[in-house]
Amino acid sequence: MSYITKPKFQYPGLETNDVGLSRRDYEGTLTTLCGGCGHDSISAAIIQAAAEMSLEPHKVAKISGIGCSSKIPSYFLSKAHGFNSVHGRMPSVATGANIANKDLHYVGISGDGDSASIGLGQFCHIVRRRINMLYIVANNGTYGLTKGQLSATADLGSKTKTGEESLYDNIDMANLAIELGASFVARSFSGDKQQLIPLLQAGLTHKGFAFIDIISPCVTFNNTDSSTHGYKNTWENYIALSQVDFVPMRKEITTKYEAGKEKEITLHDGSVIHLHKTGNNYDPYDKENAQHHINQHKKEGKIATGLLYINQSTSDLHELQDTVDKPFNRLTNHDLCPGSEVLDDINETFS
Amino acid sequence: MPELVYSTKIKAMPKVNDFVVKFANVNGSGSASANNMFAKAIFRMGIPVSPHNIFPSNIQGLPTWYEVRISEDNYLGRREGVDLMVAMNEQTIKADIQSVVPGGYVLFDSSKALANDLIRDDVNYLPLPLKDICLREFEKPAQRQLFKNIVYVGALAAFLNIDFKVLTEMVSEQFRGKEKLILPNIHALELGQKYVSENFEYPLPLQLKKSNKTAGKILIDGNTAVGLGCVYGGATIASWYPLTPSTSVVDSFGKYCNRLRIDPGTGKKKFSIIQAEDELAAIGIAIGAGWNGARAFTASSGPGVSLMQEFLGLAYFSEVPVVLFNIQRVGPSTGMPTRTQQGDLFSCAYASHGDTKQILLFPSTPKECFEFAADAFDISDRLQTPVIVMSDLELGMNEQICDQLSWDDSRVYDRGKVLSAEQLEEIEKFGRYQDIDGDGIPYRTYPGTHPHKGSYFTRGSSHDANAAYTEDGDVYAEVMDRIALKFETAANYLPKPEISNQAKQPLGMIYLGTTTGAIQEVLDSLAKKGIALDTLRIKAFPFHQSVKEFVNDHELVYIIEQNRDAQLKSLLKIECNANEEQMHSILSYNGLLITAQHIERDILDSMTALENAKDVPA
Repeated sequence: MSYITKPKFQYPGLETNDVGLSRRDYEGTLTTLCGGCGHDSISAAIIQAAAEMSLEPHKVAKISGIGCSSKIPSYFLSKAHGFNSVHGRMPSVATGANIANKDLHYVGISGDGDSASIGLGQFCHIVRRRINMLYIVANNGTYGLTKGQLSATADLGSKTKTGEESLYDNIDMANLAIELGASFVARSFSGDKQQLIPLLQAGLTHKGFAFIDIISPCVTFNNTDSSTHGYKNTWENYIALSQVDFVPMRKEITTKYEAGKEKEITLHDGSVIHLHKTGNNYDPYDKENAQHHINQHKKEGKIATGLLYINQSTSDLHELQDTVDKPFNRLTNHDLCPGSEVLDDINETFS
Repeated sequence: MPELVYSTKIKAMPKVNDFVVKFANVNGSGSASANNMFAKAIFRMGIPVSPHNIFPSNIQGLPTWYEVRISEDNYLGRREGVDLMVAMNEQTIKADIQSVVPGGYVLFDSSKALANDLIRDDVNYLPLPLKDICLREFEKPAQRQLFKNIVYVGALAAFLNIDFKVLTEMVSEQFRGKEKLILPNIHALELGQKYVSENFEYPLPLQLKKSNKTAGKILIDGNTAVGLGCVYGGATIASWYPLTPSTSVVDSFGKYCNRLRIDPGTGKKKFSIIQAEDELAAIGIAIGAGWNGARAFTASSGPGVSLMQEFLGLAYFSEVPVVLFNIQRVGPSTGMPTRTQQGDLFSCAYASHGDTKQILLFPSTPKECFEFAADAFDISDRLQTPVIVMSDLELGMNEQICDQLSWDDSRVYDRGKVLSAEQLEEIEKFGRYQDIDGDGIPYRTYPGTHPHKGSYFTRGSSHDANAAYTEDGDVYAEVMDRIALKFETAANYLPKPEISNQAKQPLGMIYLGTTTGAIQEVLDSLAKKGIALDTLRIKAFPFHQSVKEFVNDHELVYIIEQNRDAQLKSLLKIECNANEEQMHSILSYNGLLITAQHIERDILDSMTALENAKDVPA
């Protein structure tokens, strides 16, 4: 949405990945978000994550709703098709797109207003339907584009810049996603690239519905000391349940881990997630335990982050519905039309 | 108490193959399949028949009617007045008996005597002790209830001279695979027939004679035909939210997909049906699929279409194909969910905020439901915009006679202007909303087509010809003007109106959809009075040029439609600049299909009024 065109200049010696692309090939247009906006760090993290894992940009579809968060798809992967739909309805558009072509990676970008208020119903149902995609909520606790109203993820007692205090309990999107059957649920912070990038990579690789709630401070309207979604509070109360490394398929594992303090999760395509330095022996396969941890931390004013929950044994919508392997959008007349002879038989049943 | 004597021989008008039988039942009592069997048997005797369900928004216990018009002349609209009432509902029996024409018949369950105030001296009564017969013949309580319906069909067979063999064959077909049910059903039919033969003079003067008017025809409801049309039209995705009277569209799609869209090698499905959480999601899913190059549709009715308005604007402005079937019911609001109306013309023609316009198709028969359903996908892909197929409850949920469905095997789906990877290679720069051909229709690409060419950002916010965001008003206006041009292209591309103006009469009629069933009857009846009219049936919106010409070429045009506010007439004024004085509205909006008698009355009244106006001295 930029008024300034991004220069196409590229340093000649820029490193390329397995598909021959440099990091610049994963960028989007120039951002028009406020300087210091957490959302720009999310775009940057997605760019790095996709470039590192050699994702082909045109094999990604980016879909969003409306709001500051929903502008994010403009700022990464300009070689991918994008769809900025209507407020709160990204999940339905993503669902339809996914059914039409199972062969693409789907990245849904939404915000707390988009997914926790106007689109809460659609959010719940896309989780239930187990769409194979990465669903990101850029969560800042406020409505930025309309100048700073509280959102449904704002914690009880959290205050905006104008001093408005949240009188209501918040909706915890990660907890809700676990409850509704999401098979990959993480929480992270736009300021913690170390944690966010491997989580994005794991989420993009995970087969099934992957959800990442990313605390992404709004520097203009909700970054006061009294806001629970500001940089200060997030840094101070940020608890990583685990540190995460993502090793894509075919890559050699080079990092050495301290014995007894690591967990290895192999994803369906052979990629590996390493969880280490957990200390608390956190088990991300245990649904009830994950919810308990989130609630326990919340009670103490802390934010539980990292890979909260994973379940690799669920089926996605295409498997549940047993659809053909060939994507629907490539089926032809021959595949789809039963022809006149069959119609003659059908006519018989109505005569 | 003296036993009541029911009249059975009162001034009965002999009527052959031209009368109305109406069944008054309690819903949930199992009457529907028996009544359907009655109508279908007449169809199989070669006699044109048109059944109309008049049912409540309820599951069990409320009144429901099934009105069957039988017409050798092939008049398939509703006709006022009932010749034979099968009065099976005590809640409504008084009004039901009142609705019978003098000389008509009332068939009722005489296990209990009729109250004195239900006895008319100008109609004939056909008492049948249904409850007593079933109590005697059947053991299970459920059977005793259900078979009452079959017994009265058997009795009607005798009264009206229905070919009994046709009925028994239908029972065998209906219960194929459940053979245990065939004999008791046939026994029930025979019980009715036998009772009539032993207690009445039969057949009645009101009777059926075999004919050949239904050869090559089928009896099918519009929603079933729509679902089948979607299969033939290449739809792979149906996303929907249950809503009367649209529900059976997706039921039909699912039924035929499960039969015709299973990959023979793997047993996997070449279709997906999503019952969405609401109508917003239903159309959102269809739009997401359309954007990604699969053919998708949703089916709904007024309240659901209201919820879809925002998404319809998105698809209009970002130019994404999607097909919506609006099976109209009576509004506003919840209205009358189980009654028919053509009341959504306004809410669909300009659906969504801002300057918008939508493509509408108006089928009038189940055959057209099938054809327009399949065509809608080609049109939507070609024009890259939503297509709303405007059916209604009358057409959607009632069986109707029409020609057999047909399909041209040489037909190839028109996927519109979609660029392949090879085509993208050849062009210098792709611009999603550029008007290359001057017809207002741009070129599009599916996601994933080419590694570095053809990607673009689809958005409902203002954009330029290359799909980039803009707040430049002139650039925005250029895009809007180009979309307007696309709709001018559409007007000539869409199904053209059906016009009969051979007679070059000063008077004309314009109508659409389910009003069509009454038109021939009106024309024939008026012709007997020396009045002739030209006719134009609209099949699509935006209107074809010939619609405007038709209005201009006539002194007076009757605009016949089934809503209160003359929505079609208003659209003609807006879109064709049609002159108010040249148009006269004939409106019906009581929730029942408009009748030929209503239309004829209004035309004659307006002519009398015009004559009187001329007589008044200046």
